[in-house]
Amino acid sequence: MSAVIEVSVAHRLGAFSLDAAFASDGRLTVLFGRSGSGKTSLVNVISGLIRPQAGRVVIDGRAMVDSAAGIFVPKHKRRIGYVFQEARLFPHLSVRQNLLYGRWFAPKAEDGGSRLDDVLDLLGISHLLHRQPGALSGGEKQRVAIGRALLAKPRLLLMDEPLASLDEERKAEILPYIERLRDGFGIPIVYVSHSIAEVARLATHLVILDQGKVSMSGPTAELMSRPDVPILSASAEAGAVLDARVLRHEPEHGLTVLETAAGPLQIARRSVPEGTALRVRILASDVMLSLKPLDGISALNVLPGQVTAIGAPHGDGGALEVRLDCNGVGLLARLTVKSAEQLQLKPGGLVYAVIKSVSIDTP
Amino acid sequence: MSDWLSPEEWTAVRLSLIVATTAMLASLPLGLAIAWLLARGRFWGKSLLDAVIHLPLILPPVVTGYLLLIGFGRRGPIGQFLYDWFGIVLSFRWTGAALACAVMGFPLMVRAIRLSIEAIDRKLEDAAGTLGAGPFWVFLTVTLPLALPGILAGMILCFAKAMGEFGATITFVSNIPGETQTLPSAIYTFTQVPNGDAGAMRLTLISIAISVAALFASEFLARLVGRRIAVE
Repeated sequence: MSAVIEVSVAHRLGAFSLDAAFASDGRLTVLFGRSGSGKTSLVNVISGLIRPQAGRVVIDGRAMVDSAAGIFVPKHKRRIGYVFQEARLFPHLSVRQNLLYGRWFAPKAEDGGSRLDDVLDLLGISHLLHRQPGALSGGEKQRVAIGRALLAKPRLLLMDEPLASLDEERKAEILPYIERLRDGFGIPIVYVSHSIAEVARLATHLVILDQGKVSMSGPTAELMSRPDVPILSASAEAGAVLDARVLRHEPEHGLTVLETAAGPLQIARRSVPEGTALRVRILASDVMLSLKPLDGISALNVLPGQVTAIGAPHGDGGALEVRLDCNGVGLLARLTVKSAEQLQLKPGGLVYAVIKSVSIDTP
Repeated sequence: MSDWLSPEEWTAVRLSLIVATTAMLASLPLGLAIAWLLARGRFWGKSLLDAVIHLPLILPPVVTGYLLLIGFGRRGPIGQFLYDWFGIVLSFRWTGAALACAVMGFPLMVRAIRLSIEAIDRKLEDAAGTLGAGPFWVFLTVTLPLALPGILAGMILCFAKAMGEFGATITFVSNIPGETQTLPSAIYTFTQVPNGDAGAMRLTLISIAISVAALFASEFLARLVGRRIAVE
């Protein structure tokens, strides 16, 4: 099967040059990188706002750009939805008119598109229909902008840091909607972000950009548990992402037990029904390593695993990341160089990862 | 009212309104196009076009009128072409007065529209593009409505200028009662005859009333449109 989205671009903009290639068939591909790494330029190439000097952009088997074959589909014919950093709602139209704007131009015949009611429902914006955009809060505007892009029946949805201009509370308000969009709408999404928390929560496929080049591309869980991706593993927020399922609740202890491929995990109680699939994020700095199974320790989670890789020291040379393989699941632990030496860790060695229940995050 | 003004004076008032309205409406499409070109276009000779458009603003009106006479008169190159092909005669007709007024009001109209187009956030137009709107539809559904306050202002300015146009009009189409004698020409005529003071004063008052009304209308419209757009 060919990838949903295939991009390879060479483009020079003044002193900055974009020279990036990736392919993804993830439901939600995150383009991740520092500001200035070319994320937005790359999305603008995909959307057609920038005409690259050379390159190829293929969405769902259709070539949007192919400089070798002289193909350049103009932006209004690509059917690629775009949610900008600022909502960019039309100020002279009501929310309803904004939402339906793209539908005007979308093909009428095929009924593959989303219905207004579904979108209103998904985004929780039914009560805003008759307002003017100026009267909306930042979070509401962004939800309307997402709805507007969806209703244009896009083949692909681009989101350029849609949460960047919002405060923490508004972000928390919108994230669940984006998850629902990813899981329930069947439209592939390319999402630009420089936040590891957003990557951990949303991404199924991760593309890391650095100075206009793709430095790495692959499934999120795999990249996030690698010790040799400095932008991820050396950051304070480095950590592994695991897929988990709620096994049972232990109300008497205020705990929820999760089932993961690495073994059971006990975490602080979550109010979700049993059987729910969720993502668990375990920060590297929350994982301790032990050479023997431990008794008499307060931490509830001890996962056996094998050391697969040891990263280079970073920071002031005092810390490094160790990657473990726990029954096929990658886990990342941050140790001081000294403890790594004392434990004489080397690839292939057996260790036990110790994780406190309270520090396990379900983003 | 009709016994307050003489029939001739009435004719001049009515003619002025017709000429100014025609000048305003007829120059609007071209004004929009030129304003858009100047605001968004990137082409060779843009500053030249800009200068030519603004020329009537700085040239003596008599000069503009004379140039119109040379170009659009019955024997002028453009005038002859219009007559031969379409049977249109401009010189010494009210249509010629409208043309003179339009030329004089054009820079004011273009300027107002251009400024309002330049003030539009182009990101909104990009957003419309990603939603499937081609360039024409983007212009029609985003650019035009957002530029509406400037368009209205430009129309009113052009209208007001046309109501007051004198020099170019009288040079191009003369001062024929009932055909080309607009308000200013009529006032001028009154000042040239004995005992014309009363008539000149009446027409002056009407002229002031129309100008003030146009000013208020533009303020009102701009506020009405502005309220819809600028809740942001």
